[in-house]
Amino acid sequence: MDDKLLQTTGRIFNIQRFSIHDGPGIRTIVFLKGCPLRCRWCCNPESQEWKPETIVTAGVSKPVGRDVTVGEVLEEISRDRVYYSRSGGGGVTLSGGECLWQPDFSAALLQAAKERGISTAIETTGYAEMDVIRRLLPHVDTVLMDIKHTDAKKHQEFTTKDNGLILENAKAIARESKCLIIRTPVIPTFNDSEEEIAAIAAFAKSLPGVKEMHLLPYHRIGSDKYAGLGRTYTMAHISPPPKEQMQRLLAVVERAGLIGKIGG
Amino acid sequence: MKFYTEPIAKSPRIPKLVEALFEKMPQIEADRAILLTESYKSTEGEPIITRRAKAFKHILEHIPITIRDNELIVGAATKAPRGCQVFPEYSFEWLEAEFETVEHRTADPFYISEKTKRALAEVYKYWKGKTTSELATSYMSEEAKTAIDHGMFTPGNYFYNGIGHVTVDYPKILAGGYKTILAEVNAELARIRPGDADYARRKHFLDAVVISCEAVIKYAKRYADLAAGMAKTAADIGRRRELEDIAAVCRRVPEHGAESFREACQSFWFIQMLLQIESSGHSISPGRFDQYMYPYYKKDLDAGVITREEAQELMDCIWVKLNDLNKVRDAASAEGFAGYSLFQNLIVGGQDKYGRDATNDLSFMAITATEHVFLPQPSFSVRVWNGSPHEFLIRAAELTRTGIGFPAYYNDEVIIPSLQSRGLTLEDARDYNIIGCVEPQKAAKTDGWHDAAFFNMCRPLEMVFSNGVDKGVQIGPATGDVASMETYEEFEAAYRTQMNYFIELMVNADNAIDVAHGERCPLPFQSCMVEDCIARGKSLQEGGAIYNFTGPQGFGIANVTDAMYAIKKLVFEDKKYTLAFFKEALDNNYGKDMDASMAAKLTQQIAASVVESGKPLTEEDIKNIYLTAKKNNASEADKQKYDALLSDIAALTKFGNDDDEVDAFAREMAYTYTKPMEGYKNPRGGAFQAGLYPVSANVPLGAQTGATPDGRLAYTPIADGVSPAAGRDLKGPTAAANSVSRLDHYIASNGTLFNMKFHPSALEGRGGLESFVALVRGYFDQKGSHMQFNVVSRETLRDAQKHPERYKSLVVRVAGYSALFTTLSKGLQEDIINRTEQQGF
Repeated sequence: MDDKLLQTTGRIFNIQRFSIHDGPGIRTIVFLKGCPLRCRWCCNPESQEWKPETIVTAGVSKPVGRDVTVGEVLEEISRDRVYYSRSGGGGVTLSGGECLWQPDFSAALLQAAKERGISTAIETTGYAEMDVIRRLLPHVDTVLMDIKHTDAKKHQEFTTKDNGLILENAKAIARESKCLIIRTPVIPTFNDSEEEIAAIAAFAKSLPGVKEMHLLPYHRIGSDKYAGLGRTYTMAHISPPPKEQMQRLLAVVERAGLIGKIGG
Repeated sequence: MKFYTEPIAKSPRIPKLVEALFEKMPQIEADRAILLTESYKSTEGEPIITRRAKAFKHILEHIPITIRDNELIVGAATKAPRGCQVFPEYSFEWLEAEFETVEHRTADPFYISEKTKRALAEVYKYWKGKTTSELATSYMSEEAKTAIDHGMFTPGNYFYNGIGHVTVDYPKILAGGYKTILAEVNAELARIRPGDADYARRKHFLDAVVISCEAVIKYAKRYADLAAGMAKTAADIGRRRELEDIAAVCRRVPEHGAESFREACQSFWFIQMLLQIESSGHSISPGRFDQYMYPYYKKDLDAGVITREEAQELMDCIWVKLNDLNKVRDAASAEGFAGYSLFQNLIVGGQDKYGRDATNDLSFMAITATEHVFLPQPSFSVRVWNGSPHEFLIRAAELTRTGIGFPAYYNDEVIIPSLQSRGLTLEDARDYNIIGCVEPQKAAKTDGWHDAAFFNMCRPLEMVFSNGVDKGVQIGPATGDVASMETYEEFEAAYRTQMNYFIELMVNADNAIDVAHGERCPLPFQSCMVEDCIARGKSLQEGGAIYNFTGPQGFGIANVTDAMYAIKKLVFEDKKYTLAFFKEALDNNYGKDMDASMAAKLTQQIAASVVESGKPLTEEDIKNIYLTAKKNNASEADKQKYDALLSDIAALTKFGNDDDEVDAFAREMAYTYTKPMEGYKNPRGGAFQAGLYPVSANVPLGAQTGATPDGRLAYTPIADGVSPAAGRDLKGPTAAANSVSRLDHYIASNGTLFNMKFHPSALEGRGGLESFVALVRGYFDQKGSHMQFNVVSRETLRDAQKHPERYKSLVVRVAGYSALFTTLSKGLQEDIINRTEQQGF
């Protein structure tokens, strides 16, 4: 059984160690390749396509995307075991891309990590059939799930997908997972008004057991990568939300009765 | 133990003291040199230990004394703040040669008046032929001198200056005053018999201690008189009271034991400052200040004699005073020790000698003092062990977050057994403190000679390629033409031969200097505060201490590892290149232009020699010299071949990426330095022990080192300490820490230094602090010995824009996303720089 788990393959484009903003403690983030959404602000555009690509950084071409086994990834993750335990609950986070789009690999990796005493988290759009999500949940300690907007039309316009399935899934995940944290990227021109954040916070508050909501301020640090992939970044004219505005939005979240946080 | 963790406010006095300290450029003063010389002239023919004591006494009787505005803790080595005295008994020629330039040099400039120059020039006439450096030179082997001239190693520290690098018995003086020492010495004098074989030596040493201690007691009374006089004329009534208190304190200590925290602070300061007047050594380290000061603090606090705020203010005053001491070094050394640093290492936390946690409220207040004063001194350190209180480490992390670069973190779990392996008892090992940069030792029992030399591990590798020839001179063994080496083992053996040869010469140089100090500059005052000098009747410099070591530092492990690994892989495993081609590429600096600052230096030298020869030189000529010096003349075809080699080298895994094979290789490479060192002895009856750290010498000594097979270009910096080479650790801090922990930190018992850079956002909030502490703990669990952190400043990021090649691994993290800084576009880099500034670091 274990062998089968370890030999399950998946496609990733990066493993980032010493990450301290994506779940509790010191974490290793495994970035999976392929995502059903096309969010305009996405800071990891190289994560979106399933097929391997080439990205040009500072004049040098590099391949993006490689196929790996759970065993290989686990070996890399295990190298920071001492830091996970020292930071109290650190471990692995699957990010993306979208880990729900590679359910066999994700479930196997999460299970194998969990069996070895490494805490697990996923960062997800929640955009998949609930039955798929259910395959992962028993092996996940913390679900970090994006709720980007409560308005279906605007969601569709900026991410290319409707939010109906996401909102439905959020309710089910809240019931069935150990710990669900809602995350909202704060994107000027999309969802940065107090009303929009209030609506998301109200929805988050309505989910059973959800206590925390994180606001992730828009940044353009990924914008260079669009050119590197030969694509166009359509949000080049957008500036990050000012600190004062983030503070106001944080207050909105707190007024809804949630523990708010800026950044992960 | 329950700690007091509430913030303690900064007294308004402290910013005033700091501002006054930094008003002017520090200056050189001649008083000590003049008084020393007067005394020496009147004691010709007497035993050296007596002459030293009499000179110390003469200096303390007549050197100008000053109480600066707003001071509570008094005693200054110079009239001007941050000034320095000079010490011609060690060496003087370099300073005389730099009279006209010392004020304008880039590293640590000092003002020197015309009057001082004249006075020193006069004094220097006496010293020709009488210094420790001249005697050391006579004792050194010719081969060692040649190796030094060719930059294989630099024993410059103790060659030019006093030794320092000691922690004396502060607690003993605080408790009983110099009265105690005098009583001890008198008992010893009564015990020894004129017929004893070593009577003369003992008697003169003990008499010298008496002269020195009495001089110190009288010196403090000069301050008492000065304060009393100033009190009479003080216009401000508050200041008058303060001066009256100062007078009362200086009348009692350090002659008597301290009866209050205030007296303990003043007594401490007299010891610290006077050690610096006796000799020019640096790294005279206060050590475990929180331990020996705590009883005085506790007693006063419990009795209601002092408030926490008052105690904090006194500590802050000491922190300021530690920055009032200064030292002028020769231009080259100044670059290696840049920042006017005296490396007065003060350490808090850790275990007591019984193995119990010793953290107390003063440990926390020492962190607060460092925050309040925010200056380079003291070099502030914390000890960490498995039982360290978590809240203490979180508090230390808060200090790290300010970006001051303190504290340095030390691992009891490695250092204690490491010191035991060098012969310390378990109790002594548990009571260690740090000297200077990173060197562990037991206070008041050790003469560690910790900064004995810098050994550049890249240079012997150059010698392998040149068959022992440097600049046309055969300075090393002829290990054969590399073109004829057929196996990696043969190549590595040649490297070991070169290493061993130059290590032995370094030992020769160190021991020559060691003997010279014993013969010409024994230090009776310092010696009376280190066991077992009084009982043995001899100075520290002659072997009076219980534990004696000599600790020279190797550096460049990361470069040598990456270089040897590149040769092993590319030449002997993949057979893609020959050693002959490597040699050609190295000789041609891989076809790359010379580093701009190096080319500028060369231009200066050439221009100066042309002007000296009497030829006129135009701006145009200088420009041409510069361009010729900078430009690489390799053909385009060759350049392409070298580029291919460079990209193959770049593709290899490097030290610092948590790769088992490369890391195991690094461990072996470090042994090429640390193991041979274990076989050598010093003239004080102790052994050599290796350290692995460069202070800041990796930059100037890198500027003397040609291209290396790891792809490092000629004259660029060498890797810092045991850290991976700049820009080559690409997997983040945990991977780098894992790699570094795989070196043998136990055998490098003179200390290892691991530097890390962080963007402030990594330490944001309580979560950031927790992760940071976990990183330190995780590295220490794996038996790393030392860690220090630069929180990246705006200036660093600007430098990274200018020199992206040195910052390839600099990760910036912004709200859930990280990026390699140098891969971002200019505009985004500006975004991040502005963000860094906003956060106020």
